[in-house]
Amino acid sequence: MTEGSSPARAYVLHLAVIAILVVLNFILPAYHHGLLARILVLATFAMGYNLLFGYVGLLSLGHAIFFAAGLYGAGLGVHHFELSVPVAFMAALACGAVLSLVIGLLALRTSGVAFMIVTMMFAQVLALAILYFAPLTGGDQGLVLQQQERVVHLGDTVLDLTNPMTRYMVALALFSIVLLLTLGVVRSRFGRVLIAIRENEERTRMLGYDTFANKLAAVVVSGVICAAAGSAYALLFGYVGANFASVQYSILPLLWVLLGGAATTLGPLIGTLFMYYVVDITSGYTSAYLLIVGIALILLVLFFPKGILGTIRQRWVRWLP
Amino acid sequence: MAFGPHLLLAVLEGLVTSAVLALTALGLSLVFGVMRVVNVAHGELFMLGAVLAWAIATSIGGSPAVGFMAALVLAPLIVGAVALAAERLVLRKVNYDPEATIVATIGLLYIIQQLALTFYGADARPVPPPFNMRISLPWFGYSGYKLSIIAASALLLVVSWLVMTKTKAGLIMRATQYDRETAQAFGIPVDRVYAGVFALGAMLAAIAAVLIVPISQAHYLMGQDPLLLSFIVVIIGGLGSLRGTVVAAVLIGVSDGVISMFFSPTLAKMIATLLVAMVLVFRPQGLFGRAVR
Amino acid sequence: MMPLMTTKGLSRHFGGLRAVDDVDFALMPGEIRAVIGPNGAGKTTFVSLVCGRIEPTAGMIVFDGSDITNLPAHKRVRLGIAYTFQITSIFANLSAYENVALPVQRTLTDGRSKGQVHAGVTEALERVGLANRAHIPAGQLAYGHQRLLEVAMGLALKPRLLVLDEPTQGLADSEIENFTGLVREIARDATVLIIEHNMPVVMELADRITVFEAGRILAEGTPEAIRANATVQRAYLGGGDD
Repeated sequence: MTEGSSPARAYVLHLAVIAILVVLNFILPAYHHGLLARILVLATFAMGYNLLFGYVGLLSLGHAIFFAAGLYGAGLGVHHFELSVPVAFMAALACGAVLSLVIGLLALRTSGVAFMIVTMMFAQVLALAILYFAPLTGGDQGLVLQQQERVVHLGDTVLDLTNPMTRYMVALALFSIVLLLTLGVVRSRFGRVLIAIRENEERTRMLGYDTFANKLAAVVVSGVICAAAGSAYALLFGYVGANFASVQYSILPLLWVLLGGAATTLGPLIGTLFMYYVVDITSGYTSAYLLIVGIALILLVLFFPKGILGTIRQRWVRWLP
Repeated sequence: MAFGPHLLLAVLEGLVTSAVLALTALGLSLVFGVMRVVNVAHGELFMLGAVLAWAIATSIGGSPAVGFMAALVLAPLIVGAVALAAERLVLRKVNYDPEATIVATIGLLYIIQQLALTFYGADARPVPPPFNMRISLPWFGYSGYKLSIIAASALLLVVSWLVMTKTKAGLIMRATQYDRETAQAFGIPVDRVYAGVFALGAMLAAIAAVLIVPISQAHYLMGQDPLLLSFIVVIIGGLGSLRGTVVAAVLIGVSDGVISMFFSPTLAKMIATLLVAMVLVFRPQGLFGRAVR
Repeated sequence: MMPLMTTKGLSRHFGGLRAVDDVDFALMPGEIRAVIGPNGAGKTTFVSLVCGRIEPTAGMIVFDGSDITNLPAHKRVRLGIAYTFQITSIFANLSAYENVALPVQRTLTDGRSKGQVHAGVTEALERVGLANRAHIPAGQLAYGHQRLLEVAMGLALKPRLLVLDEPTQGLADSEIENFTGLVREIARDATVLIIEHNMPVVMELADRITVFEAGRILAEGTPEAIRANATVQRAYLGGGDD
C-alpha cells in the first residue's frame, strides 16, 4: 500500500490471476464453467462491498439494495421497456448511482450499529417494494428474461449472452475491470484517504479532509460496482428475482469478504469461490446450506477475523494490496 | 360489521400484537441497553420458543392446559440456556465488539433457522390454547385467550419494571448499563451480569412466543417479523428505555393492526420501515429518548 | 499590524459548565503564544473551538480577516490552521511515511506526480528527524517519536497557524530540548499557539503568554510580566505544581 513498495509486483499478480481465469474458460468442464461465470459476477458484487467495508470500514447490512437495483434496472429495462442490452446496463448503473447517492446522504449521518441497521432497513424497503409492485416486477416469482432480450448488437458483431463462452468472457471482462479499478483506487490518493478514515476519522478530518464527502464518494463507487454486478447477473443468467433483494444477499457479500480477507483486492474472489464451492459440495450431502453459512460466519469472527488473504498478508506476503 | 366495531376489533388485535411485541422488544432493548450489542438472532430465539412450545405440548399430551403450562415454563428455560451458551462461547470470545457481535449473531440466526427446518420441518403447527372461552361483546365475540395474553404481558412488564427499579439485581443491571468500568471497579461481576442479561433477553422473547403460538402457529420462518418489529419498537422507544419500549410497542402494534385491516400489509410494512429508518437517521435517540450529549 | 487570529466573546458551555466563557483573544502573525492555566481552565476547549473540532455556544472567530466561526474543521485546516492532538492521535497501523503522506497530498492541489508527495514526506520526516523510520508502523514507534510524528503531520500541512496541545507531555528531558528547538524553527514561517504545562519550556519559547482560569483569560503578557504578575502567581504558579 505504501508508495515505497513496488507497484509492478501487484499489477503482475493481478494480471496473472486474470490470465488464469481466461485460460479456465477453455479448459473447464461445462458444469464448473457455468459455476465460475456466476462466481465471477458475485465476486464483483463482493469487490464493491469490500471497497466500503474493507477499506473505509463502513459495515453495511443493506448492500443487496444496490445489487437488486442493478438487477431490476437492467432486467425491467430489457423486459418491459425494450432497451438494448448496453443501454439497459447503463440504465442499471445510473439506478445504482442515484440510489447509492441518496442512501449515502442519509445513512452516513449515522455511524456504527445505527449505520448497519439503517442500511438494512433501506434494503428491506426495496425488497418490500419489489413484492408490492408485483405486476411490474413479477413479485415473488420474479421474471425470466428471454433469449432475444439478451443479445447484444454492436455494429455487425452479435454477442449472444446465453452462449456459455460469451457469458463467461463477459463476466470475466466485468470482473477484470472492477478488479483493476479497485487496485487503482486503493493505491490512489483517494484510497489513502479512505484507509485513513477507517483508521481514525477524526484525525483525518483534522488533516483537512472532508471525511463525509469522501465516505459518500466511496458509497457511490461501491453502489455502482454492486449495481454493475447485479445488472450483469440479470443479463447473463436471465433471471430477476426478489430473493436477490433480501437480507440474505446483504449478508452474503459480507461473508465472502470476511472469508477472503477484508481490505485485500483479491479477497472477495477467493472468499466467493471458496464459499460457493463449499456450499456446492456439501449440498450433495445435505440441504442445510444455511447451517454452513451460519457456522462459517461464527468461526470466521472467532478465529479468523482477517480472512484468508488477510492472514497471508499479515504472516508472509506483506506487499499484497 | 359497521366501521366502529370493525375498528374496535382492529384495535383489540393490535393490542394482542403489542403485548407480544412489548415483551420481545424488551428483551432486545435490555441486551442492547446493558451490553451495547445488537442481537440479530433475537427473532430466531423467539421462533425457537414457539417451536419448543409445540414440541413440549405435543410430547406431554393430555389436557391442553397442562401442555401449555409446561411449555410456558420449559421453553423459555431451554431458550435461555441456548442463549447463555451462545454468550459464553461466542459473544464473550469476541469481547462484545459491536460489529463482530452482529456478524456472529447473524451466523447464529442461520444456524437456529436451519436446525428448526431440519428437525421441525417447514409446516406451521398449532399449539392448543390452555382454555377456550369466548367473551361476547355487543357486536362480536372475542377470544378470552387473546385478552389473557394482554393481561399476562402487562403483568410481566410490571414485574420487569419492579425488578429493574426496586431490586438489587435491577440496580446491578442499571449500574452496568450506566458505566461498565465503574461497575467493575465497585465489584460488580460484569461478566456474569452480561451472561444473565443475554439469557434473560432471550427468555423474554421465548415467553412472548409461547403466548402467541396458540393463535398464530409455530413456523421456522416466524422469527423475521418479530425481529424487524422489535428493532422498530426499540428504535422508536429509545434504546434501553423500558417505558419507551412499552409505549412504542403499543403504538406500533395498534397501528399495525389498524393499518393492515385497511391497507395492504406489504405497503404498510414498507412505509413503516422507511419511517423508522428516517427516525434513526434524523433522531437517533428515538422519539421518546433523550439526546445523549 | 493586523492580528492573524482573533476571537470575540467566544463561549462554550457544557450544560451548566462554562468551559470557555466570553473570551476575547488576539494572536499576532509570527509570534509564539503559550496558553497556560490549571487543569480544567478551558485551554483545550478554547483551541478546539479555534480549530473547529467543537462548535461555540456564542461568539465569533476571525482568521486572517475573515469570519470562520461557522466553517467546518476541515476547511479551517485548508485555510492554514493545523492542530496536533493532546493525546497522540496518529494512524497506528499505517507506516510513518503514510501518516505524513496524508497531510502532504492534502497541500498538493495541482501536481499529480507521486514524486511530489514523496519529496514532501521526506522533507517533513527529515525536519523532525524520523526519516530513517519512515516505514515502521506508527504504532510501533517509541512514544517520543510518535509525538514527533504528530508534529511532522502538522508541519506537512504547511500551516500558517500551528496549534500544539501539550506537545512535551510524557517526553524525557533530552527530548524536550530537541523539541523546543524544533518549535522555534517552525515559528520562522508559522504562528504557533502552544498549550503547555512545563513552565521552563513556556518561559523559554513564548513571545507572549495567555493565562486561562475557569474559562476566562486571567492575564496576558510577556513571560517576564506574567512571572511578575501577583494574580497569576496566586492562581496558578504558586498553586502547587503540575
